[in-house]
Amino acid sequence: MPPLLRVQDLKTHYFGFRGTRVVKAVDGISFSLEAGETFGLVGESGSGKTTACHSIVRLLPSSARIVSGSIELEGENLLDKSPAAMRAVRGRRIATILQDPMASLDPLFSIYGQVAEPAYYHQALRGQPLRQRVKELLTAVRIPSPERRMKEFPHQMSGGMRQRIVGAIAQAGGPRVIIADEPTTNLDVTIQLQYLNLLKDLQRASGVALIFVTHNLGIVAKMCDRVAVMYAGKIVEAQSVRGLFYAPRHPYTRALLDSMPKLGTKEPLYAIPGQPPDLSKLPAGCSFHPRCPHVMERCRTEEPPEHSIGDGTTARCWLPIHEAARG
Amino acid sequence: MGEPLLQVRDLKKHFPVGNRLLGRERGWVKAVDGISFTINRGETLGLVGESGCGKTTTSKLILAAEAPTAGAIEFEGRDIASLHGQELMEYRRRVQVVFQDPFSSLSPRMRVGEIIGEPIEAHEKLLRRQVQSRVQELLELVGLRADMARLFPHEFSGGQRQRVAIARALSTNTRLVVLDEPVSALDVSIRAHIIRLLEDIQRRLGVSYLFIAHDLAAVSHLSQQTAVMYLGKLVEVADSLELCATPLHPYTKALFAASLPSHPDEPREEIVLSGEVPSPLNPPRGCHFHPRCPFVMPRCSEQEPELLELAPGHSVACHLYP
Amino acid sequence: MATIPVHATPLGGVSRVARRSYRLVAEVPSIPLLMLSILVLAAVFAPAIAPHGKLTPVKPTPEQCQAKFGMADCPYVDNVPPFWSAGGTLGTPLGTDFMGRDVLSRLMYGARISLVVALTGTLFAGAIGTLLGVLAGYLGKWWDQIIMRITDAWLTLPSLVFAILLSSVRGPGLWNMVLILALVFWSRYSRAVRGEVLALRERDFVKLAEINGIPKLRIIWRHLIPNVMNTVMVLFSLQVGVAVIIEASLSFLGVGVPPPEPSWGLMMAQERESLMEGKWWLAVFPGTCITMLVLSANMLGDWLRVRLDPQLRNR
Repeated sequence: MPPLLRVQDLKTHYFGFRGTRVVKAVDGISFSLEAGETFGLVGESGSGKTTACHSIVRLLPSSARIVSGSIELEGENLLDKSPAAMRAVRGRRIATILQDPMASLDPLFSIYGQVAEPAYYHQALRGQPLRQRVKELLTAVRIPSPERRMKEFPHQMSGGMRQRIVGAIAQAGGPRVIIADEPTTNLDVTIQLQYLNLLKDLQRASGVALIFVTHNLGIVAKMCDRVAVMYAGKIVEAQSVRGLFYAPRHPYTRALLDSMPKLGTKEPLYAIPGQPPDLSKLPAGCSFHPRCPHVMERCRTEEPPEHSIGDGTTARCWLPIHEAARG
Repeated sequence: MGEPLLQVRDLKKHFPVGNRLLGRERGWVKAVDGISFTINRGETLGLVGESGCGKTTTSKLILAAEAPTAGAIEFEGRDIASLHGQELMEYRRRVQVVFQDPFSSLSPRMRVGEIIGEPIEAHEKLLRRQVQSRVQELLELVGLRADMARLFPHEFSGGQRQRVAIARALSTNTRLVVLDEPVSALDVSIRAHIIRLLEDIQRRLGVSYLFIAHDLAAVSHLSQQTAVMYLGKLVEVADSLELCATPLHPYTKALFAASLPSHPDEPREEIVLSGEVPSPLNPPRGCHFHPRCPFVMPRCSEQEPELLELAPGHSVACHLYP
Repeated sequence: MATIPVHATPLGGVSRVARRSYRLVAEVPSIPLLMLSILVLAAVFAPAIAPHGKLTPVKPTPEQCQAKFGMADCPYVDNVPPFWSAGGTLGTPLGTDFMGRDVLSRLMYGARISLVVALTGTLFAGAIGTLLGVLAGYLGKWWDQIIMRITDAWLTLPSLVFAILLSSVRGPGLWNMVLILALVFWSRYSRAVRGEVLALRERDFVKLAEINGIPKLRIIWRHLIPNVMNTVMVLFSLQVGVAVIIEASLSFLGVGVPPPEPSWGLMMAQERESLMEGKWWLAVFPGTCITMLVLSANMLGDWLRVRLDPQLRNR
């Protein structure tokens, strides 16, 4: 049984200045996703996680190109598809939820129009069945009085509600995979909790696979089954969520965990030295080495390959594996 | 230490809403509805709340960007509403702010040295040379190099810009810095740097902070005392560690329950609030929180609870207590 | 689209300096700058490089006099065609006009007039308009109302007709032209600048300055004006073209720069009939110069607009 989504050695580069400047936003990432699973893609700005998502749905700006690799959805390589075929994939088989609901919703169209659109195009529903479907979707995302709300417009709703409507739109085409790119960053804390719980319930009900892109390890701890940590365009660590928090394999992951303030303690935070990487001027060897507390000579010159530690756990680091584990 | 620097008493700010033309006002937005707190010298008060709770309005009132409808703000014993002219300028020297967005809080066409020096030039009569050397000291204080003074903001990263904003906020012998979500817009790995920098500066200069944020963990890390705000009122005020250990108010408990865990097995009480954060235009009667409260009692919809001190330094506004 | 294999990147062996210079050349709008530089150089160095004077007729050669008048000597030879046509000489490469004056030299001197008038006129218009726009946008209330109502009224006036009116009041002359242009065009700036300032006013750094107690004038000078310069510069380059045309039109109509000064517009006006008589060079060359100036100013303005707006730039 092939995995629902399999990304292999994906490379997406940005080309500027008529080809003279190349930014390797995504430089060889591989991961796979099973139905019903929540996969976390963690990274800071410049890590390439957003470019990776755009690559999967092939909605890259004109200055970017997928340079190599494959993206297989249920066995079919998405990179081989024509633009028309990709349109049939987007919304119907893969849907996205983005960070800013005001940017995802068109202010000129009613809620009904926007939620109905994917169902209209991808499932060819019309008239009464379509209304019924929209009502179901709005109820599923816990919008109260959906009949009334359908006729309203985005500006009449609160931030949390809008994000839920974006979730309804994502579900409307009946996708197998939903990519959520920092969907709760702009939401209040208690609304965020509602929303995350909602996503989890929706997932349980429909068996959809969720890719959660975030910089917040707390969300990962709450939502995800497996995680991949990205740095400078590469996946530096991939593990089960428990494994990541209890035994991080890569110094970057460990540093991230140590730099998070934790409730109830005033333990000093570990501040990772240096700046997030400039993708147009990456250092030689391991991209993380200038900031790594365990840097060795080898790290400065040779790029570490992805070591597989079994059980789906991988780490891109030269440290002998047992040394990098916490404990 | 421990001596009050800023005291806020029963502060209120109501905005009129409605059609003045017809000669009647439809209502009031009670953005801040009677809050009182104290910030001591060299200490940090954290102010936590969600959107619409009034924390932004509170910061504007403290910065004298808005005038209160009622209540008093006393700085070093004097009511700031009575300050005018030169005395008001003195106040503005002593109380500064750092905003959330490092990309829009620095003037894009000014050099960083000029940005930091601007408050100094506006308030003190110093020679150019003196201003420049002060700017250099400040740059080094926040962990940047003195020679960066001639660069423009866009040449810095987000975290560095926030450092510049902090340097500017400290430039005039500031006593109180209002930090309005200073790290929310920064990368995760940079937040730790800025939080440590702020701690460091407080230790060295004895500056006080009003730390406004929605991230409970960051707030409780940096503040000695934390106050929780909901719809214009303070619902709980306590020492930060104690608040984390024993939150009393149901809203505080919900905030803790909603804050993200630091690892997958961290226990969290299951409190999911229903409904939306209500708008301050039409706050519920009685306790503002009662429609969403999991522990609501009949009394809650009739009578507003007062903020009572239950234990030394720990006050709650809830009918559950005592 | 299938995956596209990338050839070895050209970055490989190219040095950093070469890369930077390539970037500079590729990014800079070469054509308009080239055209503009030619015109500016001609204007600046006209006294030095113009082959003849702007007002005095060219002393003709005996052959020319013989060919034209059948005499050995003559004060001037009029309407000599450009050097590539029959009867032309290299001494007057673009021909001479009805008074025997060299067209090329007059064009060069005319460049001075057009550039000075257009540039300074637009500059003054920009200065007035920007100042009023900033005051209206930032100070608001009565300032805003009064200034904007005046701006609105001003904008409804048709520019050419208004210019003609003003020039009939002030009379012809170079500096009067500058004044007229300033008075006609300032309103375009104030509208745009006010809009920018309204947005800028809400930005954090302005609010920060207000909270710090920085005096309003200082905020205007240090925070607002530098940040509206982008818009103003783009408007400026686009307006220069319009100003050139207005100046040329006014001179054409006889109410601008007075003869015998070699304004391009005037040159075209004086040679209106010559076009019909086949002496095309007398009207076409000044017209080409006007076109060059307006086109390059517009292209430059367009490039500036894209360059200065980070969203439109494709970096």
